Amino acid sequence: MSEHNGLTQKFTTLEEAVKKFIKSGSIVAIGGFTVSRNPMALAYEIIRQGIRDLHIVCHSHGQALDVLIGAGCVKRLEIAYGGNGRYAPTCVRFRKAIERGEIEFEDYSNYQMSLRFLAGALGIPFIPTKSGLGSDILTKEGFSPQTRREKNVARKKLVVLQNPFTEEEDPIVLLPALTPDVTILHAQYVGEDGTVRIKGLTFADIEQAKAANAVIVTCEEIVSRAFIRSDPDQNCLPPFFVDAIVKVPYGAHPTACFGFYDYDPKHLNYYRKVAEDDTEFKKYLDEWVYGLSSHTQYLEKVGIQTLIKLKASPVTGYAIGLERK
Amino acid sequence: MAGYKENEMMAIRAGRFIKDGDVVFVGTGLSMLAAMAGKRIYAPNAILFFETGGIDPSLEEIPMCVSDLRVMYGSSLNSGLIESFSIVGHKKLRTIAFLGAAQIDRYGNLNTTCIGNYLKPKVRFPGSGGACDVAALASGFIVFMQHEKRRFVEKLDYLTSVGWYKGWDSRIKLGLKRGGVIAVVTNLCVMKFDEITKEMYLAEYYPGVSIEKIVENTGIQIDVSRAIETTPPTDEELRILREEVDPQRLILGKK
Repeated sequence: MSEHNGLTQKFTTLEEAVKKFIKSGSIVAIGGFTVSRNPMALAYEIIRQGIRDLHIVCHSHGQALDVLIGAGCVKRLEIAYGGNGRYAPTCVRFRKAIERGEIEFEDYSNYQMSLRFLAGALGIPFIPTKSGLGSDILTKEGFSPQTRREKNVARKKLVVLQNPFTEEEDPIVLLPALTPDVTILHAQYVGEDGTVRIKGLTFADIEQAKAANAVIVTCEEIVSRAFIRSDPDQNCLPPFFVDAIVKVPYGAHPTACFGFYDYDPKHLNYYRKVAEDDTEFKKYLDEWVYGLSSHTQYLEKVGIQTLIKLKASPVTGYAIGLERK
Repeated sequence: MAGYKENEMMAIRAGRFIKDGDVVFVGTGLSMLAAMAGKRIYAPNAILFFETGGIDPSLEEIPMCVSDLRVMYGSSLNSGLIESFSIVGHKKLRTIAFLGAAQIDRYGNLNTTCIGNYLKPKVRFPGSGGACDVAALASGFIVFMQHEKRRFVEKLDYLTSVGWYKGWDSRIKLGLKRGGVIAVVTNLCVMKFDEITKEMYLAEYYPGVSIEKIVENTGIQIDVSRAIETTPPTDEELRILREEVDPQRLILGKK
């Protein structure tokens, strides 16, 4: 297959990308961090397609994770942190789902989860760290013994053993690698050749992408091959790591996308309020997800005035002076 | 009237712990204020960095979380989580972290995971995030607490981040070669930890706060014999905090 043919198939729609790569029961890693660069348009599409029983793996996650949990798409979760910063110190639907016993969950730390993705990306089965020693991350387990016997779930949460390279007493924590079925992420630019460029912080997106069997990238802009290759130091992923590419301007709203737009404080505050009430939250999903058939409709609903307020300054990469309370 | 708010006292007192040349791991909320105030007032050469990978940004506006776009502007490097954790534990750096918690015990161990049974908790919190990591790897950390009886406990419902573990030299015996908790900054006082036993004691009470009030609001027995009064915030400290760090009062809140 020529490069060109492969590429043509990669450029696709939200609907096709989700249909092709995400199934009920898939292990999914989400790019971004709390209220930055969440692949929201993909999360909404997953909800609209009625995908269930997802096993989500992430470090610190916020909005996309919370919407997916709230819509009932998530069965299982390996996570370090569920929060939206000042806009929801603990994500509301995440908190409720755990308090009500609706999802299976396993706690790790940010460093541990990042290392697990790195191990997956490097093709090694496990990775050591000092982090976690003495904590209840080592002693308390969330997954049941039955879950631990399932295919694609590590047989143990972690293992503590003696550093084999010294005679001194030196305990270390071994963490199992993560190899998600799919990683979904939102980037600023993708080249016509499929090269991905993330601006600002990359969080653990690159490790998450390389660890996965398939990668879906939504982006603000698709740029020419000549442009993306004129400054390759800025690029994050070569084309062969990416399986589906969808141009979705404002595809991270209401979370932020460096250089393009800020997070939407009004929307995030509104979300936190409605998420507290089951009926109100259902209405929110009807209004913002099920009731909209395309991302264009979503943007029309957000409204041009809001989009202008959120627009990032080309100098700072964020919206200077944005009302953020 | 003291002429300043509790959270202003907390941010300024915590900021005074930052020494010039420190590499400071910054979290959300009060820790953002303390770090930004500390750098501007006492430690101009301190480097502020974020677990998300933002290293030494200019912070012209206050970030509302550690992935805020404002931690990506004017930085020396925009990177990712793996890079930031390679800084936290780096042996040639003095790295100081600010953490918050729902519960703390007498050895400064922290809970940010849950209240009640782990599998079916009464209240679920966000979880470790990077807290467990920096508590394990940094040169030291400072904790912010709302001073309430139920938050200072003999036994944590979940030990998310290790402080002095079980006291004495138990932290080192765990395999954690450096670090530990330096102080707890609350809305009433500053607690520190005994050099030998690593037990929490009252080190300072804020002007206008009685030791009795602190003891009443602390769910564990603490030694108060070493307590002195905290130096109140100076006009210059308050000016920088209010006018330069958080002029929109996004974290400080209403006057």
